[in-house]
Amino acid sequence: MDILLLQQIMIAALKTGTPLLLIALGELVCEKTGVLNLGQEGMMLMGAMAGFAGALYTGNLFLGVTLAILAGMAMSLLFGALSLNLNTNQVATGLALTIFGTGLSSFLGGDLVGSTIDGFKPIAIPLLSDIPFIGPLLFKQDLLVYLSFVLVAASWWVMHKTRVGLTVRAVGENPYSANALGIKVIRVRFLATLFGGAMAGLAGSYMSLAYTPMWMENMTAGRGWIALALVVFASWRIAYLALGAYLFGFASILHLVMQGLGVDISPNLLAMTPYIATIVVMVAISSNALAQKLSTPMSLAKPFDPKVH
Amino acid sequence: MKINKWMAATAFTVSSLFAATSFAADPLKVGFVYVGPVGDHGWSYEHDQGRLEMQEHFGDKVETTFVENVPEGADAERVITQLAKSGHDLIFTTSFGFMNPTLKAAKRFPNVTFEHATGYKRSKNVSTYVLRTYEGRYVSGVAAGMATKTNTIGYIASFPIPEVIRDINSVYLGAKSVNPDVKIKIVWVNTWYDPGKESDAANALMDQGVDIVIQHTDSPAPLIAAEKRGIMGIGQASDMSHFAPKSHMFSVRDVWAPHYIRTVQEVMDKSWAPEDYWGGFADDILQIVSINPDLPADIQSAITSTHSKIKSGEFHPFTGPMLDNTGKEVIAAGYTLTDAELAAVNWYVEGIDASIPK
Repeated sequence: MDILLLQQIMIAALKTGTPLLLIALGELVCEKTGVLNLGQEGMMLMGAMAGFAGALYTGNLFLGVTLAILAGMAMSLLFGALSLNLNTNQVATGLALTIFGTGLSSFLGGDLVGSTIDGFKPIAIPLLSDIPFIGPLLFKQDLLVYLSFVLVAASWWVMHKTRVGLTVRAVGENPYSANALGIKVIRVRFLATLFGGAMAGLAGSYMSLAYTPMWMENMTAGRGWIALALVVFASWRIAYLALGAYLFGFASILHLVMQGLGVDISPNLLAMTPYIATIVVMVAISSNALAQKLSTPMSLAKPFDPKVH
Repeated sequence: MKINKWMAATAFTVSSLFAATSFAADPLKVGFVYVGPVGDHGWSYEHDQGRLEMQEHFGDKVETTFVENVPEGADAERVITQLAKSGHDLIFTTSFGFMNPTLKAAKRFPNVTFEHATGYKRSKNVSTYVLRTYEGRYVSGVAAGMATKTNTIGYIASFPIPEVIRDINSVYLGAKSVNPDVKIKIVWVNTWYDPGKESDAANALMDQGVDIVIQHTDSPAPLIAAEKRGIMGIGQASDMSHFAPKSHMFSVRDVWAPHYIRTVQEVMDKSWAPEDYWGGFADDILQIVSINPDLPADIQSAITSTHSKIKSGEFHPFTGPMLDNTGKEVIAAGYTLTDAELAAVNWYVEGIDASIPK
């Protein structure tokens, strides 16, 4: 395999991994506070639809992205109101949110099907993009990819180096202790849920404004579910999550490229490689059972109700 | 329990008989069941265009209903039964997965006429109808073979079923007929619809020197990806020209109206009989639309002349002698595959350097 082809695969892998990384990052923070939101796919579709509509009607991609983020947040607001304020079952509420979002986005986006826009284009950063191999890979991407780099770094810093991160983790580990310390558990969980919604909306807009600039029903095709799995395999660690998302992207592209090169392996088997490779690598790096146990938020998917406790 | 079921069945039959006889002077009620939304800009969209044109043709002599987004499986049977119960005389079920639900409903409503698209099971009140997609693919192959500069055509394939394998052969045969050096690269994406993945596949092919992208998946994403890189592509199922004004060579469009108009007329005349209908260029059920005016004149004329040769019956892509890519004879000299044989193609024609996924 020549170096140019490898570079092209890696550039494509980065693009394929980005929507997964964005949505999974939101869900990771959300789960760190103990909230399991299975509505990712629904929120992402609403984001994709709203983002496309915004960009199409205003002619401004950034307004589109803003609208996508707001749509994702509106969906997560619904989830939060039900599961955090009314203490409904998180799993059932999340599933319902996915079904609701899938249907609502098709309904509202019916008139958008068939429209086209000019999506986000790669922007080369001067000097940096001239670095051999790494330059075109990291510094000749579209704005949303750069934004994803910033968001990953910022989330890591907030989660590990700030009081906010400590609060988030405390709420996820033991909400009753956190409550006793005066932390407003429901408020923290709600904010994290909204952050998750915003990231899902952003990921959706990446799909409809950069990856494949168009809107079609169910265009995210299950990426919200893959993101949920990635969070678990990354054992709730942001660095591992980024690795997992890009690895998944790399394996997805590799299987298409290998078929084109005429490698005689069953495409069905090749199609499994992204899943298998990601699972194997993630299990290997997080195989320490104790570390895994420690990184799983103890109160995940458990409602918080101080009256019961 | 048994009696209840029997009574229910009788009640259904009686009510449908009642519907058929007492409202004979009323418009013919025609129902359509779609697997996707009418706005999918592909498969279901074209069926609905067919419905609308049929409605226009007959005016107030017909009354049409459609149900969209019907999942394949148990739910489909409920929808079909509901349409039959509510007095529909003719019901079109437009996805492969509606096959068994259609047959079950047809058994319970013997006085209702059913038409199932792309299936192979028929009964005394169920017909099937299929498209000769390979005709459009052959024209695609001819155009691609002439237009390619790298002599490499890319094919984004969905699932290894006879329809797709047959169409890959057809593209290659068409391309080979005008360009003996042409090669075809096939990428299986294991989906009918995943814009992101279809786009990735198109990019992967283009990275490897493919300069014509042909797709056997339903979204316009591969065309959009091709447009971004200035590479040519061909639209699938509906007119996709506006998604890629520069890169779109032409679209092979499914046009269901002629079949719907003919069938409705037959049901009105009481001349309908179950059949296995294959529609193609000859009936204008499959059409070449929106040929890009910027294509070189020789390619444009090759597209139209190949189309008319197939349409007139002068030429059939699957005429022997033909070898498969292991050197075995699959069609004898002078023989043309029958429709039943076309529905069972499971070999690649000589020259395709790939093997069919097991």
